[in-house]
Amino acid sequence: MSADVAMNPQRRGPEEEAYEERAFGFWLYLMTDAIIFALLFATYVVMAPNIASAPAPKSLFDLWHTAGETALLLVSSLTFGVATISMIQGKKGQVLLWLAVTFVLGAGFVAMEIMEFAGMIAAGAGPGGSGSLSAFFTLVGTHGLHVSLGLVWIIILGLQVAVKGLTMPVTSRLFRLGLFWHFLDIVWIGIFSVVYLPGIM
Amino acid sequence: MEHATVSGGHSLKNYLIGFVLAVILTAIPFVLVAMGALPRVTMFFVIAIAAVVQVFVHLRYFLNLSLKETPRENILALAFACVLVFLMVGGTIWIMFNLEYRHDM
Repeated sequence: MSADVAMNPQRRGPEEEAYEERAFGFWLYLMTDAIIFALLFATYVVMAPNIASAPAPKSLFDLWHTAGETALLLVSSLTFGVATISMIQGKKGQVLLWLAVTFVLGAGFVAMEIMEFAGMIAAGAGPGGSGSLSAFFTLVGTHGLHVSLGLVWIIILGLQVAVKGLTMPVTSRLFRLGLFWHFLDIVWIGIFSVVYLPGIM
Repeated sequence: MEHATVSGGHSLKNYLIGFVLAVILTAIPFVLVAMGALPRVTMFFVIAIAAVVQVFVHLRYFLNLSLKETPRENILALAFACVLVFLMVGGTIWIMFNLEYRHDM
């Protein structure tokens, strides 16, 4: 049951089909998650002008900070892709290495976001400051929470790869984690395009 | 079905193409906003177009979606999610801004 067999569509048994069903189920979950994010985006767009007496977004957002977060997440998507390819090639050590790199980049992203949130709250622009800020913290915070859960998931699967090796259940899980990770990068495109860039303009 | 997609498009070349395109499509709106050279409305359009194109780049090169090789039910689920998002987001924005417009009358 090497990764090679798992990836070959010509050799499908009942076990492979069970994993395919899980992949489809996970895909359905991602679609529902996309709908949640879409509604949080809609809420933000409606609420964004309502800044009450809180500081305006222009004074709160920093273009270079957002660019840094974007770079970390985008590079982490690439490194996860390299981990996926190593998985297909059955190179366990490489998979662990690239998962570790992805974890560090993702953790850097979460750290930058926490710094930003802390700075905003210190500047009197916490989630309670205005309708705009409530919507901002809900949307960006939900994404940050997803990334944080993704980090926990990377640790768990990293351990599974190290202990169990690249067995079919493990590669199947790793594949689903990849979908999740790339999906979060797509949500981030929406966040910098809808929240940060218009806010800084 | 993941196997079909896995064998279909997963290559380092694909990831690198996707990465380079994503970097370009991210750099364009960031640099333009940093320079502040364009009028506001034009800027909104540039940001929106760059974002939509980049979403397709991610779907194609990172998530390895392709109309030929991705199982039909995955594409259908994605299409259905897009319809729901369009109705709910479009409807929300339409109703709320219409309400605001009438409120100001």
